[in-house]
Amino acid sequence: MVFDGEAAASLVKELRLSFNSGKTRSYEWRISQLKAFLKMVVEQEDQIVEALRSDLAKPPLETVVYEIGMLKNSCEVTLKELKQWMTPEKAKTSITTFPSSAEIVPEPLGVVLVISAWNYPFLLSLDPVVGAIAAGNAVVLKPSEIAPASSALLLKLLGEYMDNSCVRVVEGAVDETTALLQQKWDKILYTGNGKVGRIVMAAAAKHLTPVILELGGKSPTVVDSNVNLEVTARRIISGKWGCNNGQACISPDYIITTKDFAPKLVDALKIELENCFGKNPLESVDLSRIVSSNHFARLTKFLDDDKVSGKIVFGGEKDESKLRIAPTLLLDVPRDSLIMSEEIFGPLLPIITVNKLEESFDFINEGTKPLAAYLFTNDNKFKEEFVKNVSAGGLLINDTVLHLVVHTLPFGGVGESGMGAYHGKFSFDAFTHRKAILYRGFTGDGSIRYPPYTDTKQKTMKALVAGDVTGVVRALFGWS
Amino acid sequence: MEFFSLETNLENDLNNMRKYYESGKTKEASWRESQLKGLRNFVIENEENILKSLKKDLGKHHVEAFRDEVGILKRSIDLAIKSFRKWMSGKEAKLPQIALLSSAEIVAEPLGLVLIISSWNFPFGVSLEPLIGAVAAGNIVVLKPSEMAPFSSSLLGTVLPNYLDINGIKVIEGGPEVGEQLLHKKWDKIFFTGSARVGRIVMSAAVEHLTPVTLELGGKCPALLDSLSTSWDREMAVKRILLAKYGSCAGQACIAIDYVLVEKSFSSTLVELLKENIQKMFGDNPKASNTIGRIVNRKHCNRIKSLLNEPKVKESVVFGGSMDEDDLFMEPTILLDPPLESAIMTEEIFGPLLPIITLEKIEDGIQFINSKGKPLAIYAFTKNQTLQRRMLSETSSGSIVFNDAILQYVADTLPFGGIGDSGFGKYHGKFSFDTFSHHKAVARRSYYTDFWFRFPPWNLNKFQLLEEAYNLNYIGMLLVLLGLKRSKRSLYMACN
Repeated sequence: MVFDGEAAASLVKELRLSFNSGKTRSYEWRISQLKAFLKMVVEQEDQIVEALRSDLAKPPLETVVYEIGMLKNSCEVTLKELKQWMTPEKAKTSITTFPSSAEIVPEPLGVVLVISAWNYPFLLSLDPVVGAIAAGNAVVLKPSEIAPASSALLLKLLGEYMDNSCVRVVEGAVDETTALLQQKWDKILYTGNGKVGRIVMAAAAKHLTPVILELGGKSPTVVDSNVNLEVTARRIISGKWGCNNGQACISPDYIITTKDFAPKLVDALKIELENCFGKNPLESVDLSRIVSSNHFARLTKFLDDDKVSGKIVFGGEKDESKLRIAPTLLLDVPRDSLIMSEEIFGPLLPIITVNKLEESFDFINEGTKPLAAYLFTNDNKFKEEFVKNVSAGGLLINDTVLHLVVHTLPFGGVGESGMGAYHGKFSFDAFTHRKAILYRGFTGDGSIRYPPYTDTKQKTMKALVAGDVTGVVRALFGWS
Repeated sequence: MEFFSLETNLENDLNNMRKYYESGKTKEASWRESQLKGLRNFVIENEENILKSLKKDLGKHHVEAFRDEVGILKRSIDLAIKSFRKWMSGKEAKLPQIALLSSAEIVAEPLGLVLIISSWNFPFGVSLEPLIGAVAAGNIVVLKPSEMAPFSSSLLGTVLPNYLDINGIKVIEGGPEVGEQLLHKKWDKIFFTGSARVGRIVMSAAVEHLTPVTLELGGKCPALLDSLSTSWDREMAVKRILLAKYGSCAGQACIAIDYVLVEKSFSSTLVELLKENIQKMFGDNPKASNTIGRIVNRKHCNRIKSLLNEPKVKESVVFGGSMDEDDLFMEPTILLDPPLESAIMTEEIFGPLLPIITLEKIEDGIQFINSKGKPLAIYAFTKNQTLQRRMLSETSSGSIVFNDAILQYVADTLPFGGIGDSGFGKYHGKFSFDTFSHHKAVARRSYYTDFWFRFPPWNLNKFQLLEEAYNLNYIGMLLVLLGLKRSKRSLYMACN
């Protein structure tokens, strides 16, 4: 059975009918779905861990903490705060619209599409779905085919636990995604790369569908010399190889540090890498493998580049049969090398050296805006300069990746790293239309507003529009 | 030859603007304030010229022009001057109990070089309202006013720059070719007001550079008129409907009332009330009263004429119906139950033609409204709270106003924007500032607390601790550390 344009159209039609019936709007429905969701993630933990082991050889701990743990957290926060999020907010009104009352009411957008990625297939599929459901929408999820076990499991589990009249999964690759993108959605949230992001936005433009694009970029990590080397090295390792072996959109992509400090940093990294992954990292079970042979070839090309061949100072080992690449450090790579021209998304960490650390800002700003930027320093002034001058989706000082755990911070990119954000209440907002409501009565108008326009009316209106109470009174009494 | 030099000049100009932006000047509060004050001075010192331009471009009466453009702009500028510093300051983000991070905040930063494409019907309002937000947020801006309001465009193009820092803000006048050229450049945001057709073109062009867009489009904004018990209420409602049609750029406004829904039993009374009040407001000769705006140009005159010329549509005209093409004047026109498949009922009218659609029961209006694309605004004249609640929850629109129309534009604490075919994104007040900002997450960590269990090699103990930590559970962690909490997990899973 082929999922083509006709099948996609019929799916959307079905979900629209469900949405129009009003069932997804009720607080009860949303809560029931979120609870079912939580149950699913807890009860099926073993299966989820297995799927990720199959797709990425992901260490169980990474799955439980980063995928399941963060999902649980997201669900729990949503369950706790949803009622508040759904409450209309009162908006202040002024004399210009007096007498009146106003409020902003959150309403669901309708039928939304979530297109997910392969590196955190559960988290990146289900976190947006949680937001979509919390906001009262019907949702279709298209997981990545590059993580096939996870994709199949998502189809099975969502089918079992969720309300199928409103929540559906469509598996597939380019053809199926294209069929889905041809339809009219009320919102699309896409996680992936810039190339496909553009395809998604172009398809959305035809239907005037708003989009959230969670893309990537080269997340720089600036390291100052006044830092605790051991802790810094460990935190970089945790965010790089501890996150799906560098295959994460917010992994530190490359390091910038001073020429003087670089050797010390390299030594510290070498020691800590061995502490974490042992002498034989290719065999370490604590590292994910590379997801596919395409990506393996892509990463190998970075290492085979003439410009960097002499720059590998640690690692570089590969095992094509097992799709494994060891944590690799490269020192002093040229700025025009292949590895510095695109997002690495793998276990290779180039170190760029500069004379003065201040130069790092210009270096970063010459490139496109990344999803995250990191700085390790104890110099408070430098921290503030960094925050002021570096533009990225999010910034974290003295650690890597962790800012994702804080649900009160929006997670999203800027420029090439994307548009829109989610997590926590931002997920709810991402799939919500904030409808403005103005209530008026029939009193208090007089004839000021209406033609024929006399002088008095004009003066009163002028004052009214300016919100000038005294002016209004004066005009009405003919004193101005 | 001219096209080529425009292209090179444009490229140079934009490069220079970007260099200026990179100097950091526009991020400073002092720069933003100076630009906002410049805008204020422009509006105050050129009020008469603005009103004159609007008269020439659209035949707008100066009171209408003041009310809808100048007056509102002054307020918005004043609000921005008063509030932009507060808007600029970072917002602290609440941290979970566990001290993973020492601080978290959301910092608003400008996006960079933004393009504002404006429309012809409220040429000052729709150009400068977004400009206020863009500048308050620290961006550099190119404004492209609509060439279809040439006097207004010229005033913006030649006089406005004298009040602003031209290194950071440029006004580029021109027609569709200029618009197209601009769309192919790299922008950090595009803010577009206009039709859905051009909205699609803008968004498609924005794809190349992954430029976020705000599209303020239109739609058929319906007015649902329920039975009102007192004659005062009925009269008020009718006046407000008339104002929201003929008194708003002759119906050429994205939030003008497009058509009215009313119960059959009330329709003849309504038509009488409408006629009576048209006479009161505009006299026996509306054209001579000069209170109603003109149609913007011949092309739109023809478009409006063709709306009326469809077979059964002409027969449904119960008032007005004639046009003075030389004067670009269309008289206030009322139609009663034109065919629903006719263009006047399927396209946005954008003119002084008011169809009245009759229903058996007023509640049927909800289904009728939902059969069309989501409009920018829905107006419901009713005191029936059940109907109000139903309208709220069963229809969807950018905004909904009860017992009035258009006024929501003036309430700057309310977001102004569409949904579905009426667009996406919002502005006015702080929403303008936000729409031109990137809300950057900034988190800080200290070196003091560290979780040794964050790092491989993994074992069961670390596993448990990490899980409790990520669940933000201090107590859980403590129990694990004290050996008081057993894991349900098997050792096998943890170490393999």
